[in-house]
Amino acid sequence: MELSVCLRSQYLWRFFLVPYEPVGDSSTKLKIRNIRKTYGEVVALERVHLDLQEGEFLTLLGPSGSGKTTMLMAIAGLNDPDEGEIWIDGKLATYLPPFRRDIGMVFQNYALFPHMSIFENIAFPLRMRKFNEAFIHKEVTRVLEMIQLPEVAGRMPSQLSGGQQQRIALARAFVYEPSIILMDEPLGALDKKLRDQMQLEIKHLHEKLKITLLYVTHDQEEAMVMSDRICLMNNARIEQLGTPDELYFKPATLFAADFLGESNFLPAKVSSVRESSTLHLKLSDGTSVQAPHRNNVQEGESVRLMVRPECIRILLDNENEVNTATATLKEVFMSGPVTKYYLELAGGKEIKATQLTKGPISSIQTGDSVKIGWSKERSVVFNS
Amino acid sequence: MTKNQTILFLLFRKLGQTWQLFPAFLFLGFFFVYPVVLLLSLSFLNSNGEITLEHYGRLATTPLYFKVLVITLKTAGWTTLLAVVGGYPVAYLLASVRHSTRNSLLIWVLMPFWTSFLVRTFAWIVLLGRNGAVNDLLQVLGIIDRPLKIIYNFTGVLIGMTHALMPLAVLTMLSVMLNINANLPKAASTLGARGGQVFWRIFFPLSLPGVAAGGLLVFITSIGFFITPALLGGMRDTMIVQVIIFQIHEVLNWKFAGAVSMLLLLTVLLIFYFYDRLLGLSTLSGEAQQSSAKSNRLTMLGSQIGTRLITYIAWFCEKTAEFYEWFFPLRPDSPQRKFSQKVLWVTGLFIISFLALPTFFIIPVSFTEEGFLSWPPKGFSLQWYEQIFSSLHWFEAIGRSFLVASCSSLLGMFIGVPAAFFLIRKSIPGKTLIFAFLISPMILPHIIIAVAIFFLFANLSLVGTTFGLVLGHTVLAIPFVVVTVMAVIKNYNEHFDQAAWTLGATRLKTLIHITFPLIRPGLIAAFMFAFIISLDELTIALFITGGEVTTLPKQMWDDAIMRVSPLLAAVASLLLVFMSGFILLSEFLRRRGVQVK
Repeated sequence: MELSVCLRSQYLWRFFLVPYEPVGDSSTKLKIRNIRKTYGEVVALERVHLDLQEGEFLTLLGPSGSGKTTMLMAIAGLNDPDEGEIWIDGKLATYLPPFRRDIGMVFQNYALFPHMSIFENIAFPLRMRKFNEAFIHKEVTRVLEMIQLPEVAGRMPSQLSGGQQQRIALARAFVYEPSIILMDEPLGALDKKLRDQMQLEIKHLHEKLKITLLYVTHDQEEAMVMSDRICLMNNARIEQLGTPDELYFKPATLFAADFLGESNFLPAKVSSVRESSTLHLKLSDGTSVQAPHRNNVQEGESVRLMVRPECIRILLDNENEVNTATATLKEVFMSGPVTKYYLELAGGKEIKATQLTKGPISSIQTGDSVKIGWSKERSVVFNS
Repeated sequence: MTKNQTILFLLFRKLGQTWQLFPAFLFLGFFFVYPVVLLLSLSFLNSNGEITLEHYGRLATTPLYFKVLVITLKTAGWTTLLAVVGGYPVAYLLASVRHSTRNSLLIWVLMPFWTSFLVRTFAWIVLLGRNGAVNDLLQVLGIIDRPLKIIYNFTGVLIGMTHALMPLAVLTMLSVMLNINANLPKAASTLGARGGQVFWRIFFPLSLPGVAAGGLLVFITSIGFFITPALLGGMRDTMIVQVIIFQIHEVLNWKFAGAVSMLLLLTVLLIFYFYDRLLGLSTLSGEAQQSSAKSNRLTMLGSQIGTRLITYIAWFCEKTAEFYEWFFPLRPDSPQRKFSQKVLWVTGLFIISFLALPTFFIIPVSFTEEGFLSWPPKGFSLQWYEQIFSSLHWFEAIGRSFLVASCSSLLGMFIGVPAAFFLIRKSIPGKTLIFAFLISPMILPHIIIAVAIFFLFANLSLVGTTFGLVLGHTVLAIPFVVVTVMAVIKNYNEHFDQAAWTLGATRLKTLIHITFPLIRPGLIAAFMFAFIISLDELTIALFITGGEVTTLPKQMWDDAIMRVSPLLAAVASLLLVFMSGFILLSEFLRRRGVQVK
């Protein structure tokens, strides 16, 4: 608590009672240090660190049971961590009750209060903060217009559609301008089309209002579309933290590469590390390929080469690429905008390639031998 | 086939689809509807068989009956208030703990539900008497100098009835509370609401349908009580059911008894009517979160006052919490001690022990050397147990009770299970009405059913026969079987049956090999439920037994009317031990059933 607040309020004497009111730097909206949480024997979060900057949209992404919801609940104050510290807006908040944290939360099934009208639902946080009636009315009307549902104020939550309820839940979290807004799979209950639309709407609201947003989802596409940064979680730990581009094109771990998008893993041996920018590899069938340089590999080491299916091209006779290989076409599937090719390399290793569908008939047939190629930059090498 | 034949054929086919209801309709029609209608219509006849209102005239002009009605309503009202107010913290505690903790606490809450009415009442006599355990304890602690008078008066009746009916209130409220989305209180707290605000503004309003439903059930049930007021009350605490019993047993005035029954029935219907007008009967199902009552001026006013009241209470709670925090500020660096949680646990456990413990006081008393109930019991002797085991009288009563309970619950199963299947599986218009009809023996005050059956059986010479008792108890068993089995079938996945059919099993074989094995725990539970209901039944037994043919509760009642002796305490202890074993067994069977799944 700031000194000025202490002096002008009735909390003056508490100043003497509480000698320890830790204050950190306030440029970081949320600072998580060393948080650990167990449920009995099960470790739900294992010493996690995370920083969230002002105005940032960060997504916690991961399979179910990876600890992302546990982390969100700890930040909201809905569960107590066993160890570690949580700093919100430069103030220590690890064990503060939720109502003292100045956070907003949007729940998976919206958690609109069924016995209150839409107006009262949105007014609830303002009433809890003891604003006067005129201000409450003004603010509720403002956010209802912001989400383009000004006419529903008098209705009950059960009278609204799923998408409308979703917007009301957003409005309720936005109306009191909390310092961080947490969202726990808020679009999980909507159908695909509505979900796509709401993704953009939330993103636009975030850009317009410049709020700090922490979002939880297990849908990788959703995470890619919306986030400034993604925090990929697995087994109670942070697997990788970075922009969607970094996660997709430069996955740090096998799990990250496998979880996001589709991937081909090819076993290979390092043949040369001498060049400063290029790593020379040999696939199991003897084909020589190149990949970007990495530090922690030695010559002769067995590694795994990862290439995304959409980065593999089926080459025409007159085309060439840095890395090429010969493969037999096993199966072809046309799934609308893209066509998927299932190929087999000379060594028997299966490999997938995805191309944009250009026309109704593919020029190559099952059983044909084709030349495939991919660039050096789109190759990622993992220690196996 | 001619056109008429086709129509007949279709009609038979339609009827054929409802065959599952036939046993229930036939049985209840003959042993429930017919006698009740007979009894009520009797009240409009004079001694010459002409239509008259003279019995109602007598009812209206005698101040005594009006007074009895007022006492009945007053007793029921206070019981309801105490059961709901005391039961709420228990239900709230049960709703907020983990699943396994809830199950183990529930056994203790249900303790009085499972132990016999008479056993419980005897236990209160031991506890509340002039030299009873409560007075003894208070005097030892020096809180009082002279024994309090807490038995054979209104206080005694209220204690006994609240104890008996609070589990009903707890269960009803709990089922509503468990349906409240657990995210709502969490959402409220992230939006800035403190514990007290969360409870009063979010949880409490959403749990109100449960409070109302629980209150209604307790009120309706307590109107039909007579054991507790007769044994724990004084002369001035006579309730309306006791008037009916007096009219039959002492003066054998059927027609006037019919008129009093009509008064009782009208009172119950009136209460249902007002409940429906104010809150909507759909809240009784425990699922509706919003009141379905038509809004009128009264409900509007009520909800406005209610909202205002809740706002003030919430405000008061918040101020209290803020005051508390002045002295013990919230520390962000260490987990908080949840003060309100502690208060809830202490209150909840205190009320649960009020529900669970009293019954056990019956056991030490049964080993006394003295010839009367006293606290603390003097010496140790097995004389009362010897007396029971050497008396043919008690043995016969126990034997008959078990025979009647087994037969009536079996018969109830044969009649109730098909009806339950019908109600879940078939969809026809008026299903709710059929359901209401099938469970009406549970809701209608049992005294009306008992007197009506007595009248019918007197004409059929079935009074004083074991067969008559079985028939009477089956009427009461059917609703319990229907409700329990319906709950089980509702959770049964019908795809199993469909899979069996596609694999070539006939309907009968599917039932035998697939459906019944899977719902067996539920069937066993239904049987045990009906068994215990019959074993503890006194109202019908009060009239249908006669001479040598008697049941255990009836025998205990007859003795208790004279004097509650240590012998009765010994009988009650045996019954308590048996019932506890029975419930543990059923719990064991249920758990095993769950494991199979």
